[in-house]
Amino acid sequence: MHLDHSHHGPAAVSADAHRPDGTRRALRIGLGGPVGSGKTATVAALCRQLRDELSLAVVTNDIYTREDAEFLLREAVLPPERITAVETGACPHTAIRDDISANLEAVEDLEETVGPLDLILVESGGDNLTATFSKGLVDAQIFVIDVAGGDDIPRKGGPGVTTADLLIVNKTDLAPYVGSDLARMAADAKAQRAELPVILQSLRGDSGVTEVAAWVRERLTAWTS
Amino acid sequence: MTHAALLVLADGRFPAGGHAHSGGAEAAVKAGRISCAADLEDFCRGRLHTAGLVAGALAAAAALGLDPRELDAAADARTPSPALRLAARRLGRQLLRAARASWPCPELDGIARSFPKGAHQPVVLGLAARAAGLGPAEAAYCALYESVSGPATATVRLLSLDPFDATGVLARLAPELDAVARTAVDAAGRAAAEGLQALPAASGPLLEIMAEAHASWPARLFAS
Amino acid sequence: MTLTDTRIGTPGTAPTGVGTELPGTAPAGVRADARIVARADGRGGTALPVLDGSGPLAVRRVRGSGAEARVMVVGAMSGPLGGDRFALDARVEEGARLWLGSAAATLALPGQAPGEARYDVRLAVADGAELHWLPEQLISATGSDLRVTTLAELAAGARLVLREEQVLGRAGERPGLLTTRLTLRVAGRTVLDQQLSCGPGAPGGWDGPATLAGHRAVGQLLVVRPEFAEQPPAPRMLGDHAALMPLPGPAALLTALAPDALRLRRVLDEGRALLG
Repeated sequence: MHLDHSHHGPAAVSADAHRPDGTRRALRIGLGGPVGSGKTATVAALCRQLRDELSLAVVTNDIYTREDAEFLLREAVLPPERITAVETGACPHTAIRDDISANLEAVEDLEETVGPLDLILVESGGDNLTATFSKGLVDAQIFVIDVAGGDDIPRKGGPGVTTADLLIVNKTDLAPYVGSDLARMAADAKAQRAELPVILQSLRGDSGVTEVAAWVRERLTAWTS
Repeated sequence: MTHAALLVLADGRFPAGGHAHSGGAEAAVKAGRISCAADLEDFCRGRLHTAGLVAGALAAAAALGLDPRELDAAADARTPSPALRLAARRLGRQLLRAARASWPCPELDGIARSFPKGAHQPVVLGLAARAAGLGPAEAAYCALYESVSGPATATVRLLSLDPFDATGVLARLAPELDAVARTAVDAAGRAAAEGLQALPAASGPLLEIMAEAHASWPARLFAS
Repeated sequence: MTLTDTRIGTPGTAPTGVGTELPGTAPAGVRADARIVARADGRGGTALPVLDGSGPLAVRRVRGSGAEARVMVVGAMSGPLGGDRFALDARVEEGARLWLGSAAATLALPGQAPGEARYDVRLAVADGAELHWLPEQLISATGSDLRVTTLAELAAGARLVLREEQVLGRAGERPGLLTTRLTLRVAGRTVLDQQLSCGPGAPGGWDGPATLAGHRAVGQLLVVRPEFAEQPPAPRMLGDHAALMPLPGPAALLTALAPDALRLRRVLDEGRALLG
């Protein structure tokens, strides 16, 4: 593949860091994880926290198209023109990994219509533990699991848990009620992921999404430097 | 010319966005018109002889080197449904990205410049075939096969139809697909000699009407 | 070639515009032509300097309203039958307004002459002119084989309301083979080109879930207005089996399916009312 090919026309290559006009494109961060683990809630919280300092947009991939987009709209976390829903043909992992065409089109259209953008969050439809984002689509990925899904998930591993750039263990406030052992989850995650970061989070707690937002800011600093 | 390029282009895993489109099957399933393999076969046969034939001829004509802008306008005129025109252009844009990465060439770059929002997918398919060193017949075959394989794959997902039954449908349609491919290629040849009115304009009324209904649904699994 | 059509020479088949094919060029059958030219009369009305047609395509001027001239195809005999060639040619010149309808449905029947029947409609509308082409239904009877082409060529500032209704078989009857092609060009650009084939002998799947799914009446209402270029009507459904669709040009198309002719007409009328 010829990365220098793009000067003949609009970029053909999805991972190109520059837009056709030569400017640096937005950082793209993917959020994946099982159904109900809190991906959309995390996206909403990130938007609220970052929207005043960054130019943001969101692409959602829910299996029931538009549901997540409508949630984000209802919560009024971003103006509607900054949220795009992508249909996934009943295969959410295909749309973020095997054939990223529709998602790429969505992120490029967002940059064109509401840009310039600093950050685009691409939220996957809920899937299983094997789903990961293609490097052709996102620059970094967050995998979101929750304590209610079973405290053995970090131990089970799988590509999402072991390779994501950030693992979020969500809904820690529920741990006492569902009998999940937070210490064990943290230790298992550490064993699976070596140096890769893990954040235990409760969006209902005082700190909310702050730690994750700080991680996003770091990635953005690295991207723009 | 390499025949193997045809396999690359026609592969259902070629990353050109097709997996998110049902070719009208989602609307037909919801309306109760596809509920078994026999219905799927009927649906696919109808699509093959209408939208499929038109797509096949457009792809063959593009592979022959006819003016892509004129072919794109001809595709527009043969697609009354705005939802289908939008889907065809999106798929064309997505296919162009995959084709440019696979077979980089100035002709495809030019298409990207001329159609920033995408050209009709069959036209891009013909140009991609050309860039891959394939001819009009191969281009027509790709378009025709997609016209039936898309609904078949989608129906497997939508109805949990036995995948062996769905593949059997495609296999049974193969001889008919050969015949339609010949018609499509002949028409493309005539279009080159006589003008684009020689291209087929076959239509399936329900494909158009239901595409509009589908586009108005608040929740759906497939983009079209 | 012998002339086998028994209708030749029957009352109503006057010589003008009606004849038989020249020997050796086509199967024997009736040839009928109608020609209409509508011209602004300079006094705010529309004159008809050419109003020709006879036999199956006999035409009559009827009382119009305002600036509009009204013409009816009164069809003095049934048809088209196999081997027949019908051609209707209407031209509406600058500033003129023509309303063109038919007194009865057209019934495609099998004929004694070999080969399919043809019915070719050519419509030309100039700038500032308006044409309504609102014929009654076309009914495809068992054993018939009819090809219909309709080509409307409009100038950029022309207006058109066109209705086509195909009914597959008389009540309770299997249809014949019917192929219709509708082409619209505006200012030389093709805006719509659509062919429908149905009935025994049509390409496979013609009555399946992608095409007609058992509906026995299919129709189109095509409306062309210069102002649609800037403000196209929004796409919308009219019930479950009809869609109003803005075309890639100053035009909108309503495509509708219905169980029968009556219900089809109701939907198309609703579409006309919607478009105003």
